[in-house]
Amino acid sequence: MIRLFNENRYERDAVSTPPNEGEIVSSLASVANRLPRISNEVQASGADLEARGVHAWFGSRHVLADVNLSFPAGRVTALIGPSGCGKSTFLRTLNRMHEFVPSAAMAGEVLLDGVDIYKQGTDVTKIRLKIGMVFQKPNPFPSMTIGENVLSGLKLAQIKRSNKEDLMEECLTRAGLWNEVKDRLNSHGGSLSGGQQQRLCIARALAVAPEVLLMDEPCSSLDPGSTLRIEETIRQLSQSVIVVIVTHNMQQAARVSDYTGFFLTEGGPGRLIEYAPTREIFSRPKDERTEAYVTGRFG
Amino acid sequence: MANGSLLDEQAPPLPREITTQPRFSDRVFRLVITAGGFTSLLVLGLIAAFLAYRGLEVFRTFGYHFITNYKWDGGNPDAGVKPSLGIGAMLIGTIVISLVALAIALPVSVGASLFLTYYVPNFLRKPLTILVDLMAAIPSVVYGLWGFFVLMPHAVYWAKLLHKYLGWIPVFDVPLPIFERSPFIAGLVLAVMIIPIITAISREVFTQVPLDRVQAAYALGATRWSMIRAVVLPFGSSGIAGGAMLGLGRAMGETVAVYLVLNLAYKANFHILFSSGGSIASMIVNKFGEASPFELKGLMAAGLVLFAITLLVNYLANLIVRRTARTGR
Ligand SMILES: Nc1ncnc2c1ncn2[C@@H]1O[C@H](COP(=O)(O)OP(=O)(O)OP(=O)(O)O)[C@@H](O)[C@H]1O
Ligand SMILES: [Mg+2]
Repeated sequence: MIRLFNENRYERDAVSTPPNEGEIVSSLASVANRLPRISNEVQASGADLEARGVHAWFGSRHVLADVNLSFPAGRVTALIGPSGCGKSTFLRTLNRMHEFVPSAAMAGEVLLDGVDIYKQGTDVTKIRLKIGMVFQKPNPFPSMTIGENVLSGLKLAQIKRSNKEDLMEECLTRAGLWNEVKDRLNSHGGSLSGGQQQRLCIARALAVAPEVLLMDEPCSSLDPGSTLRIEETIRQLSQSVIVVIVTHNMQQAARVSDYTGFFLTEGGPGRLIEYAPTREIFSRPKDERTEAYVTGRFG
Repeated sequence: MANGSLLDEQAPPLPREITTQPRFSDRVFRLVITAGGFTSLLVLGLIAAFLAYRGLEVFRTFGYHFITNYKWDGGNPDAGVKPSLGIGAMLIGTIVISLVALAIALPVSVGASLFLTYYVPNFLRKPLTILVDLMAAIPSVVYGLWGFFVLMPHAVYWAKLLHKYLGWIPVFDVPLPIFERSPFIAGLVLAVMIIPIITAISREVFTQVPLDRVQAAYALGATRWSMIRAVVLPFGSSGIAGGAMLGLGRAMGETVAVYLVLNLAYKANFHILFSSGGSIASMIVNKFGEASPFELKGLMAAGLVLFAITLLVNYLANLIVRRTARTGR
């Protein structure tokens, strides 16, 4: 009896004892290493996105300082960092959603294919058409059917297109939702589960053929199965679309991204602390604050 | 475990009675609001009872003819002429002018509230909102006088234009070219009067549109107008319908303004541009002064009919609101 008890105890300890930091880092790195690296070989679409000296304010509060990042074609970039460090704010400056907050201001440039999207006389609806966004909370249009939701971008941006059926199927397939909804395309968007709704939102974002897809914690409300499916989708998308994903899940960052940017605020505005290939961020980060964060010592 | 076993079989327990002991403050509050709720019901009921009681004799005399008959003749007891009372024309007239008012006020109000919510520059939003709300505070007799002296000359011109270009549509046709004091002009005045309430309700609904849907639309490259069509209007449709019905109810009950503007005639007239119309409420005002005792009872009965219709409209409003609320959101 006693021996048995001890054995159990031993096993339990083995599970619950936190492995030391080095182990986590190397396990994340090994996840990152196992993924196919496509960014180096494929330079699929010609588009590229670059943030130059981006600052952001809410009222007089400076929340983001001097972010320089470039997102070349065919690359998935993960943005990580503790809560409140300005990741979402940065993401929203990239497709001009930031300016919907009445007191919001920004400085710097965001170049899409070399052209500043904040340049005077820019048609902001065209910008958002090229730079799509998936939000943290699934937000399908409940007054539309599933099919209409997928095609809603065309209607909203007044794009004419033939063979809409094909497009609908293609987008739903790419978002990993087609098999689940192909028999009920006419039911309401709100009738899906949370994970299905999120994939519907991804399909909707894909339907307008964006060059860039910004994703703000797209899997935070999803089960592991839906999460994996969305990660697969992201990997596939990366061949034709620039993907920028904000995530709190280190494993996810390691699994889907080619490059990772680490944001941090130390009292003042949030800053980009380190930007490097994902493998390096997780195996041998240069900044000790990055190391502390990815090993779970703070944040 | 097994329910099948005879030995285990036991009567299920009786559901427990669940009670809560409300606090003293809660009980006082409940008493106050219950009293308030019942008072309004009581007042409503008493009004209906009073009208029914006073009008009973008339209903008994004429039956449903009271509603279908177009003529209102007080009779002449000395000459042996029996009275013949009917509000058919007035009933139709009420519906006609209210619908005209709604048809004009609804698009204007929805447009105004969209403008106030999504388009107006920030520094103008507050003053303009207050201005629209203030429109509701103007006494209806002022609207009536304004309608008669200021609006009428212009409205007659618009009516002539409508008749000239759309006269082939029956409602815009006229039997005689007399355009003053028509249901159209009364409807215009009423429209101005109900715009504030419909605008206020629509605006309230528009401010409740979920922000994540609005952002979803913009993130897909929507223009402001396409966002409004895809997100705001579907979300707000039930609220707008409710506001419209409230406005309709207000328009049906409006008295003095219509009395001053409209040319009351005891004929059913569907030509809205023609100078002849009806309205139960303004007929009551019109007849009240010189009515015989029996006619007075008829007016009470007319009031009861108007009351019932207004209740019906409000009930329909509720129905629409609930139905669209289920599907629209
Ligand atoms: N609408 C707003 N108005 C005012 N301040 C805001 C607004 N949105 C965000 N902020 C502030 O800006 C800072 C950055 O917020 P942001 O949402 O970008 O953080 P985040 O990195 O996305 O955090 P999380 O991981 O929790 O989503 C925070 O301090 C936040 O309080
Ligand atoms: Mg965020």
